[in-house]
Amino acid sequence: MNSTNKIKIEFDSNTENIGFVRVSVAAFLTQLNPTLEEVSDVKTAVSEAVTNAILHGYERGEGQVELKAILEDHVITISVSDKGMGIENIEQAMEPLFTTKSENEHSGMGFMFMQAFMDEVKVESNVGEGTTVTMKKRIGCEQI
Amino acid sequence: MDENFIVKGTCMYVKLPQDLDCNNAALIRSEADKIMERENIRTIIFDFEKTNFMDSTGIGVIMGRYKNVKLIGGSVLAINVNAAVEKILTLSGIHKLIRINEVSGLKMPVK
Repeated sequence: MNSTNKIKIEFDSNTENIGFVRVSVAAFLTQLNPTLEEVSDVKTAVSEAVTNAILHGYERGEGQVELKAILEDHVITISVSDKGMGIENIEQAMEPLFTTKSENEHSGMGFMFMQAFMDEVKVESNVGEGTTVTMKKRIGCEQI
Repeated sequence: MDENFIVKGTCMYVKLPQDLDCNNAALIRSEADKIMERENIRTIIFDFEKTNFMDSTGIGVIMGRYKNVKLIGGSVLAINVNAAVEKILTLSGIHKLIRINEVSGLKMPVK
């Protein structure tokens, strides 16, 4: 497949939307004939990124989260953006087990899961302006 | 009490939802902790039979309950765990602390 295909979902910063968004991306991904494991990996990564935007970007407050997904040459690229508080120290935020919200039992494994389940994870953030997480994964490597 | 939580003796049985994410983690956490304050719970059994999705928020829920029950020398079991959920449990490292799929064919007790 050489053509590209893309979707964009914009949604309120509400935890009710997390399930809908990850299932939508999973459904979109089926065009690349992914394995069950690949679908599950992408769903987890999306869930982590969207949860971060809602809980940390907006601290559960009001705001808009935008998810874009692009399929191109057996690769899915997903970006999740918020216009929330931003991350002061990205390197620290991405450390396994680091969390700013330990009182709510956040495991601090969100970025670790994104990195484990996707081939590439990039974080761009400006304090007071927001955060964009971009993730890529090649689908169906075994079939090539 | 929530119908997904059943206490038999010192064992608390928790039937987890289809999706275990940050949208329902708080409810499970508070209900489990309420029961543990009231009853003498030594074993927690998380039944993943219905669960086909879990993210790091779910790990937080399991880990938190593990810490609580560990304090009194208890243990945590995860049963009916599918491949996708097992991958998450393994990646998180929690598989070294709790027993996964060691018991098979365990059915939810009747109230």
